[in-house]
Amino acid sequence: MVETDQAGVPWTAPRPRVPAGPQVPGGPPSRATRLRAGLRPYRVVLASRARSQTAYRVNFALDLVSSVLTAFAELAEIWVLYRAVTGIGGLQFHQILLVFGLADLTFSLADLMFGHCDNLPTYLRAGTLDVFYLRPQPLLAQLVTSDITLRRLARASVGLAALIAGLAVNDIAVSAASVGLLAVALVSGVATFAALFVTAAGLQFFIVDGREMTNAFVYGGRYAATQPASVWPHSLVVVFGYVFPMAFTGFLPTLVLLDLPSPTWLPGWLGWCAPLAALWSWALALLCWRWGVRHYRGGGG
Amino acid sequence: MRATIRVYWRLLRAGFRRQSAYRLAALGGLVANTTFGLLKMAVLLATVRAAGGELAGYDTAMMSTYIWLSQGLLGSMNLDGRVDIAERIKDGRVAVDFLRPVDVQAAEIATEVGRALFSLLPRGVPAVAMGLAVGMALPESAAAYPLGAFSLLIGIVLSIATAYLVGICGFWLVETRGVQICYMVLSGFLAGLFVPVRIFPPWLAAIATATPFPAMMMYPVDILAGRANTTEALGLVAVQCAWLAGVVAAGQALTRAGRRHLEIQGG
Repeated sequence: MVETDQAGVPWTAPRPRVPAGPQVPGGPPSRATRLRAGLRPYRVVLASRARSQTAYRVNFALDLVSSVLTAFAELAEIWVLYRAVTGIGGLQFHQILLVFGLADLTFSLADLMFGHCDNLPTYLRAGTLDVFYLRPQPLLAQLVTSDITLRRLARASVGLAALIAGLAVNDIAVSAASVGLLAVALVSGVATFAALFVTAAGLQFFIVDGREMTNAFVYGGRYAATQPASVWPHSLVVVFGYVFPMAFTGFLPTLVLLDLPSPTWLPGWLGWCAPLAALWSWALALLCWRWGVRHYRGGGG
Repeated sequence: MRATIRVYWRLLRAGFRRQSAYRLAALGGLVANTTFGLLKMAVLLATVRAAGGELAGYDTAMMSTYIWLSQGLLGSMNLDGRVDIAERIKDGRVAVDFLRPVDVQAAEIATEVGRALFSLLPRGVPAVAMGLAVGMALPESAAAYPLGAFSLLIGIVLSIATAYLVGICGFWLVETRGVQICYMVLSGFLAGLFVPVRIFPPWLAAIATATPFPAMMMYPVDILAGRANTTEALGLVAVQCAWLAGVVAAGQALTRAGRRHLEIQGG
């Protein structure tokens, strides 16, 4: 993953040079120009990553198929259970479809951007993380843009389809409140899941070999987010309702949208508090990340 | 004959010891398995309650057995189709395997079974303890225990032998990642990892039983949960053995065909 340098980006330059752009001769470069120049290395790397994946066509096609299949199997598991009974946790299948759509779409989008933070233990063991330290860019920003996996877009399409179907089959009044709630839930959901990936990455500095431990809240979190949280015992409400606020990504906004009764430990008005959940998750994530980066002592290369 | 058995026995023990080196990884797996187990328990027990206390023959206690046994087996079952031989075919090291005086398929399976048996200790035992703590069902007849243990062993070997088939697709495809991920999704679903196969609608259950996947995990769990009586259990074990024989034979044939097809790059 270190051959990022092949994208022809001048990593060794202390600061990216400002290209000749629409700037006043003699005057300082405008903010927009500086921002564009600053983002250019990331853009070049991402574009080259995207190109490299489409190069092996058969493997790329299989990748897309398997990503769609993964999301589809997750939906099928829920469908099989709801098909066997009339309702679980006070929700019926058409209602859980909305929970699944919100949770899975936001998870896939976060996975698209932050999912390869999961590769950190590989970099740590191989000692290749040290290369990231040599470059004049923030470590986390480099890690996030070091790879983009297009197949994850295919996965997001299943979540999107489920969300659209969920919105269509449920009787939802189109109002400023419902549209606003949906937008807030989507943005906050992506942020919350992204924070989980960063939290996991921060903890990887300590546990390297025990990477599966963080799967408990990253992928366990994804699984929890698609469940009706009303069936959880108190211990799970604490862990996946509040510490890793998974109920805020799909379940709670759905309760508000559909005006459903809420469980005692997760009152319905919390559906509006998804941004707070996202903020809390990011506070936790940045804390873990800083803690991990400070703990790191190099690969000994 | 005895010398041959001793070779594979040594390979099996080597696999067992190799797995025992990764203690932190075992702990990580255990934490993840337990979390998933608790989430599965919440939703599946709610489903059983919603069905009026019994769903497709599972009551709450049997469902707990299903949940904790299947979680405990996750470290030992190869449901993701990832095998070392795929990597060795890709980079050509498999040529050395073919030079050794052991059967490539048998050696690979023996090593993997050794690793799987070790994983039963750090990941299987705590899951069973967890199940006993929440009150899981145990079979009534004494015969179910040896039958269940045998069925479990066959299930583990079958899962590894089938994953081996995915790995040796590499003789023809070189890069098997796409096939492996498709396999991972299908096997988990059809083996009844998240939802027991018996709850599937009939057409989906028919598709599942036409594959070897339920024979890996669902049948041993059904025997050990006491959901299948002794006669049914014997039938399930027979089906497992038939699948294992078929998969091993296919592996032998494909390994030979692949060897003729194999082209090692470089020198």
